[in-house]
Amino acid sequence: MTNPYIPILIMGGLALLLGVGGLAASAVIGPKRYNKVKVDAYECGIQPTPHAVGMGRFPIKYYLVAMTFIIFDIEVVFLYPWAVAFSELAVFGLVAMMGFLFLITVPFVYEWRRGGLDWD
Amino acid sequence: MNRIAPMLAPAGPAVDFSQDTIWISVIKAVAIMVFLLISVLFALWFERRLIGRFQQRLGPNVRGPFGLVQSIPDALKLVLKEDITVKGADKLIYIMAPVISVFCAFMVFAVIPFGPEVRIPFTDLVTPLQLTDLPVAVLYILGITGLGVYGIVLGGWSSGSTYPLLGSVRSTAQVISYELGMGLALVSVFIVSGSMSTSQIVSSQQQLWWSIALLPAFVVYILSMLGETNRLPFDLPEAEGELVGGFQTEYSSMKFAWFYLAEYINMLNVSAIATTVFMGGWRAPWPLSAINDGMFNEGWWPLLWFLIKLWGFMFFFVWVRATLLRFRYDQFMHFGWKVLIPVALAWVVAVAVVQGVRQFSGIDLQTILFVLAGLLVLLALVMFFIPEKGAKDKAGGAGSRALTGAGTPTIEPKKDEYFDAFAGGFPVPPLPGQQLPPSKRRARVTTPAAPETDEENSDG
Repeated sequence: MTNPYIPILIMGGLALLLGVGGLAASAVIGPKRYNKVKVDAYECGIQPTPHAVGMGRFPIKYYLVAMTFIIFDIEVVFLYPWAVAFSELAVFGLVAMMGFLFLITVPFVYEWRRGGLDWD
Repeated sequence: MNRIAPMLAPAGPAVDFSQDTIWISVIKAVAIMVFLLISVLFALWFERRLIGRFQQRLGPNVRGPFGLVQSIPDALKLVLKEDITVKGADKLIYIMAPVISVFCAFMVFAVIPFGPEVRIPFTDLVTPLQLTDLPVAVLYILGITGLGVYGIVLGGWSSGSTYPLLGSVRSTAQVISYELGMGLALVSVFIVSGSMSTSQIVSSQQQLWWSIALLPAFVVYILSMLGETNRLPFDLPEAEGELVGGFQTEYSSMKFAWFYLAEYINMLNVSAIATTVFMGGWRAPWPLSAINDGMFNEGWWPLLWFLIKLWGFMFFFVWVRATLLRFRYDQFMHFGWKVLIPVALAWVVAVAVVQGVRQFSGIDLQTILFVLAGLLVLLALVMFFIPEKGAKDKAGGAGSRALTGAGTPTIEPKKDEYFDAFAGGFPVPPLPGQQLPPSKRRARVTTPAAPETDEENSDG
């Protein structure tokens, strides 16, 4: 096999087949007994508050984590090719990457000191 | 282009897949899926049995020898249960989410090397014990793990219910935060092995496992691995005391089974990555690897070492679960962002600088390490002579300092201050130094009795 991605497609096809097949099997085999309460959203014994999909609220902190994550994930993705080509890029690569890391660290420290990483 | 081409060559896979036909790939893929399914069934038994041992009870021991087949009826039961789709759910995404989870969980093992090249019995075919390998295999693994988060976040979001939504945002924040620590821990391995291909990383560990050479990265990886798979002590998305079942609250039957399966396969995934990247992959451990010219590193033997290491990590998962309590969410995020990521970053910088000095200036590793050790000792000495911050303020309270230890700040006792435990509307314990007013009930009970026997009397 010259193309290393074809086996991954095969694996993906099999995994998808298993995933969908399992759901289909349970839909066919499993019993179906309708009950009005059973299809309600879960609540601890009281009437659930109705809210549409995606309308529930959650703390804004999660957005902050997501944004910080994007910055750091990009950093990690940039680090990978440099790490693999470490010897070829030599001193230039090392110095450039340390500069890049420094530039990422400054806002990280800023966010930390301003309490952006605190959960209260 | 000509200058770059030979340099990129070692970054590719270290094994030859050219003999693999499409049917061999299909057979390997099926074998991997069967291996994973059986491993998960075994892992369920393994975990319950071990937790039982840790808690001084027996664990499952009825079905089959040592209760080994207990997981099979458990799994079958889930297929036979009713598949409930809740009324408020966004149907399509609600059904898709578990499939995404399980799909992404299965895909990681496509690039994990189980062993070196072997001859398939009864044929002349020589093929590596690995489905495929890419020049960017570890990046592919991280990408697939990142996609796996979609299963969680969409599953919780589409349920149209409160607890799943909270569980899914928690879980997402947790997985992405710990993925950073994980990704950064792997960078130093790429620097020293010069490749992202899993087989190349394994072959670069011929002399020394990276878990020994890059111990801090290994520790960071191990900790993020627990956070990444939502396992205790980091199982906050499913903290049943707060969130019922987290993102899978509204799921039942096979949909729930897929989430459950994905969780256990993900444990196997991160263990396999740890084995491959840090523990020498399929290579035999040291004393064995030296026997008979590396006899144990050839043929089908490596499969055994791989499985032993893999299940070693699985044991670690269970051990941690049995030992540690669940973290609070703020502690957890604090640990991820303020401890793991800075440590991982600092380690990447340290490895890059040491490796850079070693490769580009010609000084050998030993000299660098000696110089670094010298610098550290010097730093420690300097730290020793710098007076501790705020030590002067505490000079007066020498007696209390001796009691509490030099490092902890002491709060001056405020004996006369009246402490109202119910000031905030709910009872709070007194701070150090503050004292509760004597309880009225206690005063009533102890008044007629003699002072030295009041302990016994108040109980009766």
